[in-house]
Amino acid sequence: MRVNETASKSAAAVERARAAGRKALIAYLPAGYPDKQTSIDAAIAAARNGADIIEIGIPYSDPVMDGAVIQAATTQALANGFHVADVFDIVAAVTTATDAAVLVMTYWNPVLRMGVDDFSRRLAGAGGAGLITPDLIPDEAAEWFAASDKYGLDRVFLVAPSSTPERVAMTVEATRGFVYAVSIMGVTGARAKVSSAAEAVVAAAHAAAAPRVCVGLGVSRPEHVREIAAYADGVIVGTALVAALRDGGVPAVGALTAELAGGFDQVGAGR
Amino acid sequence: MDAFLAGGAGARSLRHAPGPYFGSYGGRWMPESLIAALDELEDTFEKAKADPEFLAEIAELNKNYSGRPSLLTEAKRFAGHAGGVRIFLKREDLNHTGSHKINNVLGQALLARRMGKTRLIAETGAGQHGVASATAAALLGMECVVYMGAEDCRRQALNVARMQLLGATVVPVTNGSQTLKDAINDALRDWVANVDTTHYVLGTAAGAHPFPAMVRFFHEVIGEEAREQILAQTGRLPDAVCACIGGGSNAIGIFHGFLDDASVQIFGFEAGGDGVETGRHAATITLGRPGVLHGARSYLMQDEDGQTIESHSISAGLDYPGVGPEHSYLHDIGRVTYEPITDAEAMDAFRLLCRTEGIIPAIESSHALAGAIKVGRRLAEGVGDPRELIVIVNLSGRGDKDVETAADWFGMLDEDGNVRGTTLSTRTAKGAGTRPSAQYAQTEETQA
Repeated sequence: MRVNETASKSAAAVERARAAGRKALIAYLPAGYPDKQTSIDAAIAAARNGADIIEIGIPYSDPVMDGAVIQAATTQALANGFHVADVFDIVAAVTTATDAAVLVMTYWNPVLRMGVDDFSRRLAGAGGAGLITPDLIPDEAAEWFAASDKYGLDRVFLVAPSSTPERVAMTVEATRGFVYAVSIMGVTGARAKVSSAAEAVVAAAHAAAAPRVCVGLGVSRPEHVREIAAYADGVIVGTALVAALRDGGVPAVGALTAELAGGFDQVGAGR
Repeated sequence: MDAFLAGGAGARSLRHAPGPYFGSYGGRWMPESLIAALDELEDTFEKAKADPEFLAEIAELNKNYSGRPSLLTEAKRFAGHAGGVRIFLKREDLNHTGSHKINNVLGQALLARRMGKTRLIAETGAGQHGVASATAAALLGMECVVYMGAEDCRRQALNVARMQLLGATVVPVTNGSQTLKDAINDALRDWVANVDTTHYVLGTAAGAHPFPAMVRFFHEVIGEEAREQILAQTGRLPDAVCACIGGGSNAIGIFHGFLDDASVQIFGFEAGGDGVETGRHAATITLGRPGVLHGARSYLMQDEDGQTIESHSISAGLDYPGVGPEHSYLHDIGRVTYEPITDAEAMDAFRLLCRTEGIIPAIESSHALAGAIKVGRRLAEGVGDPRELIVIVNLSGRGDKDVETAADWFGMLDEDGNVRGTTLSTRTAKGAGTRPSAQYAQTEETQA
């Protein structure tokens, strides 16, 4: 099912970073936090300061994979009037203003509610690269396979430290763009150290012939970026950027992204 | 689509649907991180189910610890208000810990032990499942952490104390609506971080496979006993079976006994709150539409964006915007009829059972009683002798935990929260803080 590899926007972004002698930096920010325009500005600031891929999260009432910081932000976005359809405007604004590939991260029910085909068509129309789906496993994704093929969207599935070799192989096969390696058994949130499990998860996905594997959960500092860049194809940062947006607004998101991107330089790879 | 509706000799049994799918419902809409744990649980459960030693262990605990079989009691005076049909109560209220919840919890705790897990976590709404989980953990020497919405902690403070007395840690959940669905979210977050040592004892027949089929399995004893008892007492099957539906575990347990008996009408009563027309209710099947929440595809109370709508019910145990996937299937194929019961109807039935039978029911179960009154009257219409009709109601729990809510509802409290004519306040703990371990007092501060 790995059709149109070349058409994958997020794969292209990871490969551009690789060609530049570094790894991809992927920045997560919630849609509509603290409001729609600021979330657009923050994503643009991240893209202009070194993020190769922007991950726009759809605020959801029951975010079981998220820790306290992202929960608080998405709850506020909902309270401030965010609607799911706003995400297409945000994706369009960021893709127009930057070269970054823009993925949407969403729990599955908002997509189901709109209709998987409708959602996919509108996302593709907005210039989006595809979806990261934290509570959709390939086993349940028949509708999403059909819609993502129809509209040429990336399917970023997750692999975890607990995934068996069989499940890693099945998930790698189902994925288009890159495989999201969950670094730790837990929810999103900044942690002092990157889990030692992360490298093994990446190795398992690479062993299953995944061309691109990026690591997320618990990544918040340039030294984490440096550490992960040694074995993975990309690094995903979420909570730290959300906290920066909360505490310092858009400039803080730009500054932190630049600092995190500096983590690649420390590997000596240059920019 | 379904052989049952087609009828005939080829009709397949509805009683043992194995999952993961019930029609188009069920499945595993879960983070990949938890799939290995669900696989391990499914494997352990399937082996245990076929293991005579495990089944004997369950049977022994049911008999000598929970007090099964629970009675089937004819409610003769109550029946006078239900069109004169004969009403029988399946007395799950008489189980150890006061509700049906113990059936499932003992089963899952034994499975946890088989998997080598030493820590149980649970969510609770009314507190009954939390108390049952804390009980099983104490019995088997396991650690227990119970997630409970902060709003529910206030509504069911006595059950918080019960869980603590049993050695469990109660974590008040302050996210979202601070009720059952948010407690499940936090329990899932705990589980994903501690899955090596921890089993998540989901309290209802919902969630990702294998939970719906597994929780039903442990509650099937309710329906099997009820069927045997009604045959022994009356010589025939009932005309109708009634149960309340939150997630739907007590209901699926008693329904199991009668699903293949085409002559038995089956009714599930959802929490209608202030009335389904007000928007303040928990009538998931009546007004929801299919979606995914907490691991299963099922009917769901959701808005146009797919965000979960907060449910409302006087009953903490029914205050859940989702429902077990097997119920969604039984609704779609028309085998079970689901109807809403308002808070007011439930509380009328609550008082009626107290005064006609000397039994204080849980407010959850009072929804089934109110439904049985309606069903009895409907069945009795145009029938010469309504006493030829039989209705079984699953009395899923006792109402001790609901005394404060009921006293407030019936205007038995003065403005200080004292029971009228006394200084017995339901709000201020007498002698609070006189003991060094005033743990709940600390918990309340944390919530603030």
